[in-house]
Amino acid sequence: MQRRTNRWLAAGILATAGVLALSACSSGFGAGSSDSSGGKLTSSKKALTVLIGSSGDAETKAVNSAVADWSKSSGTDAKVSVASDLNQQLAQGFSAGKPADVFYLSTDALAGYASNGSLLAYGDNLKNKADFYPSLVKSFTYDNKFYCAPKDFSTLALEINTDMWKAAGLTDADIPTTWDQLETVAKKLTTDGHVGLGIGGEYARLGAFMTEAGGNLMNSDSTKATANSSENIAGLDYAKKLMADGSLKYAKDLGAGWGGEAFGKGLAAMTIEGNWITGAMTSDYPTVNYTIAPLPAGPAGKGTLQFTNCWGIAADSPNQAAAVKLVEKLTSSSDQLAFSTAFGPMPSIKSAADTWKKDNPKLVPFLEAADYAKGVPAAKGAADVVTDLNSKLESLATGDPKTILDATQKNLEALVK
Amino acid sequence: MTTTTRRPSRSGLRGGEALSGYLFTAPMVILLGLFLVVPVLMALWVSFSDWTGRGSPLSGNVNFVGLKNYSALLTGGGLAEQDFGTALKNNAWYVVLVVPLQTALALFLAVLVNRQILKGRGFFRTAFYFPSVTSSVAITVLWLFLFNSTGAVNKLLSYLGVKGPNWFNDPDGIIHNFLGLFGVKSGPSALTNSTALGVSWWDWLGGPSVAMFAFVLLAVFTTSGTFMLLFIAGLQNLGGDVTEAAMMDGANGWQRFWQVTLPQLRPTLFTVLTLGLIGCWQVFDQIYTGTKGAPGKTTLTPAFLSYQSAFNNQEWGQGAAIAFLLFIIIVLFTLLQRWILAERKVSKRRMRGYEVPPKDGDPDGPKDDGPEGPDDWKDGNGPLKVATGIAASQIISKNQGGSI
Repeated sequence: MQRRTNRWLAAGILATAGVLALSACSSGFGAGSSDSSGGKLTSSKKALTVLIGSSGDAETKAVNSAVADWSKSSGTDAKVSVASDLNQQLAQGFSAGKPADVFYLSTDALAGYASNGSLLAYGDNLKNKADFYPSLVKSFTYDNKFYCAPKDFSTLALEINTDMWKAAGLTDADIPTTWDQLETVAKKLTTDGHVGLGIGGEYARLGAFMTEAGGNLMNSDSTKATANSSENIAGLDYAKKLMADGSLKYAKDLGAGWGGEAFGKGLAAMTIEGNWITGAMTSDYPTVNYTIAPLPAGPAGKGTLQFTNCWGIAADSPNQAAAVKLVEKLTSSSDQLAFSTAFGPMPSIKSAADTWKKDNPKLVPFLEAADYAKGVPAAKGAADVVTDLNSKLESLATGDPKTILDATQKNLEALVK
Repeated sequence: MTTTTRRPSRSGLRGGEALSGYLFTAPMVILLGLFLVVPVLMALWVSFSDWTGRGSPLSGNVNFVGLKNYSALLTGGGLAEQDFGTALKNNAWYVVLVVPLQTALALFLAVLVNRQILKGRGFFRTAFYFPSVTSSVAITVLWLFLFNSTGAVNKLLSYLGVKGPNWFNDPDGIIHNFLGLFGVKSGPSALTNSTALGVSWWDWLGGPSVAMFAFVLLAVFTTSGTFMLLFIAGLQNLGGDVTEAAMMDGANGWQRFWQVTLPQLRPTLFTVLTLGLIGCWQVFDQIYTGTKGAPGKTTLTPAFLSYQSAFNNQEWGQGAAIAFLLFIIIVLFTLLQRWILAERKVSKRRMRGYEVPPKDGDPDGPKDDGPEGPDDWKDGNGPLKVATGIAASQIISKNQGGSI
């Protein structure tokens, strides 16, 4: 027995010593990080690291060259690294006290990192602050502070297969601008071979109907849950009605992974997707002729959802001043238009709009939707609630919209309590 | 331990042995301590703290919050509890299907390739083992292709006139689907209205989703090779004498396998079941590369949920708490399984069957003309029990060495 206890004692001592050693290290990290939300920006000679989650070579190359240009002109070194799992690598950096200086940040991650003080709220220091679309600024405002500069954005619009459109005897004058018209054309376009409207069965698509009816899951600041409002119920009721008619089907039920695939394969004559669909159409389905129209207005006028990311800057960065300068350059009109040409997102600033519209005449409805688009909920933990909602929306055809939204309301209320 | 013989003084010839022993083990002890024990203890602390993922969890502004993280998962009533319940439900079905299937298949393959007369044994062993050495990520991606709605598996099924499901996009429970064939679409209110961990009993009993079932097939395919290897090793360790004795006693192949070979494989069986159980409860890579919990959260597992709550939702305390709840579950299941598989003394009543009647009590001997005696062949009871008796006694004597 004696020896046994000794062994446990030794193990215990070892473990305690290890924990102490680690905590000693960590207090070293801790000392360097001061809360810099209100004070001056840190500044040093250190090189900047930029962490991005890239969609592919085109994006990586474009960001790399933009950052390299800035390094040359500013004299501060900067290195771009592509994350294989952005969320995980960000979290690792923050917990180690050595995060990347500048990084991509999604709307649903903002609240978590802002609330624990990981992020620098630099939005008000930006020279081009007034140039960003107000709805995008709202997406990255947490606790009344404008945290980070919107990198770019996307909105949803209606894509129409022009060949099927003509085959159904429809003309340009028939492009739907109201729910009733959408219902009519969706019915006309539904044949044995394809369905009128094929969309992804998730909030990120069906939510467009909610905004057209005047609702959304949360208010624009993501401080209040409004999921089971009568507007939202009306939006889902409309989608459910189209499903009952057989003129709306989920991409999954058509045997496609997403709306774009169903549309490209000719399983659906219309779909609701964002401007990213153009890339897929060019590379995977180059023979499909299609046109893009704004989403038809609902009872409360026009509505759509927008998706965006921002350039986050770490509060622990030793060189915040330079990081803000870099972000100003990356969100400038010339850089954003270059990114747009390289990999297709829409510039987040108003001053680049005209040039972009001239360069992409087909895609104008996407950009024009910025005037009325609404963001997705950004409260801490909202992404989880939306995932849960999505799992329930899968059975919308047989489910009750109010019951579905009541559950979401309860979950969202728990977040903002 | 009360009376120990006093050891000679350490300054003798072997005096330095203890010291060098510690020296030699020190690197490993330090490595294990630093990379295993300390992180585990830190995670334990995080599960009781309000750490938000910024800076060290041991710094001054992290507070002890007691069981808050655990209660959010077990009695919170919110989304966290519901997700945890869903993850447990999914994983429980996964375990229930994978562990028996992979063990049975592994044993079956091991017996097949262990036969002396099989030509090209090496080839078959390699072929069966191959899926185990391939990286799980690669196999998962392969699976995603095979089980695509228009993939090879559904193509194959279509030749048989079956319209295959949209595997990885189908959230319906397979037991629910089965009941649906008989028109049962929704459960009795007794099951749908009462919940455990935020999931209704009707859903608990719904079986794994079609998507999860594809993962079950994947697990059986990849791991049975590994366990086949363990069973082969176990089989080759068995002496031929007991089997021969059984043969002499007239046991047929089926009886020899079930009553002689399998009982002797008990230590291997225990290892395989334990490893299988642990591996199944910790399933992560397949989910991470494959579906990330979709469709409809039906492939969410506690291990993946733990990762997701920590890294994606910044709920580090809850993520760590899930990990420790999972640890407790695994320990409980292992203990339970150990208890079920434990060696028990053969009861007096059963032992009587093995006893050879004393010669002097029966001068003419039983009407037994040796192994060829016609009665014994039909009886299949007495002689076989002798063989199993020998096997049992061998196992008992082996296990006295404290093998398990």
